Amino acid sequence: MKAKVHVTLKNGVLDPQGKAVGHALQALGFDGVGDVRQGKYIEIDLADTDAGAAKARVEDMCQKLLANTVIENYAIEIE
Amino acid sequence: MRTAVIVFPGSNRERDMRLALGGSFGEDPVMVWHRDTDLPKADLIVLPGGFSYGDYLRAGAMAANSPILREVKARADAGVHVLGVCNGFQILTETGLLPGALMRNADLRFVCRDVHLKVERADTAFTGGFRAGDVLRCPVAHHDGNYFADAGTLDALEGEGRVAVRYCDETGAPTEAANPNGSQRNIAGIYNERLNVLGMMPHPEDAVHPLLGGLGGKPLFDGMAAGVGDAA
Repeated sequence: MKAKVHVTLKNGVLDPQGKAVGHALQALGFDGVGDVRQGKYIEIDLADTDAGAAKARVEDMCQKLLANTVIENYAIEIE
Repeated sequence: MRTAVIVFPGSNRERDMRLALGGSFGEDPVMVWHRDTDLPKADLIVLPGGFSYGDYLRAGAMAANSPILREVKARADAGVHVLGVCNGFQILTETGLLPGALMRNADLRFVCRDVHLKVERADTAFTGGFRAGDVLRCPVAHHDGNYFADAGTLDALEGEGRVAVRYCDETGAPTEAANPNGSQRNIAGIYNERLNVLGMMPHPEDAVHPLLGGLGGKPLFDGMAAGVGDAA
């Protein structure tokens, strides 16, 4: 199975990189660009065969290492 | 009095730290490679600056999950004094020994220059070489030093006297212009609840010689040499 994890900054946490990317997009002439938030995308190959168990393990991985829950949220997809 | 410096792949200020500690404690620190499972008995454990594990994932995240850190955490929980500077501060927040997180500098630039710091209190095992309100000068050199914590945590830190040092101008005023990285409330360093763990972004170890950046950091090391043996 494969886990796809998105790690993003929590709402209310300033994202200076996302802001700079937003400004750059506007400077390139892309109209209507609002807030830009930058995050991380992580793919993990897993030996698991049960999606529920896999998700629980990846949840544990996010808590322990993949995300810093002081400033980041995470979302997990299992395929 | 014995000190130990933990060295990770990517640490780069461990020799500066060694000199600063040796100069004040009168004895060379034990340099402990991160793979060593035996952490010698020490009155002060130091996590030095650098880019442990290349800052992969997040600054300090890999080191915080290395086996040696479990031992450091156990010692800290037992009351041993721990100092983390720069990357060491990032590691301490990643382990949860200190609250909050260190984010990318607000202007996105790596900052490398001297700053002024106000010492908030002089009655801890780390700061006995200062008087409360003293202003010292030493360098910062980091890309991820922007201290963040939620409002409740910040209020608790302030209320419990756990802000150790704050970025300020040369008169001691914590102005926006004196803040090199966007840290909330100009926070440059904090203590844990028990006041036996100190993390700070600036490099006092690089201000302990008149020919090399001045003596701004010297009282910190002299103070620790006198103070850290009291507990644990």
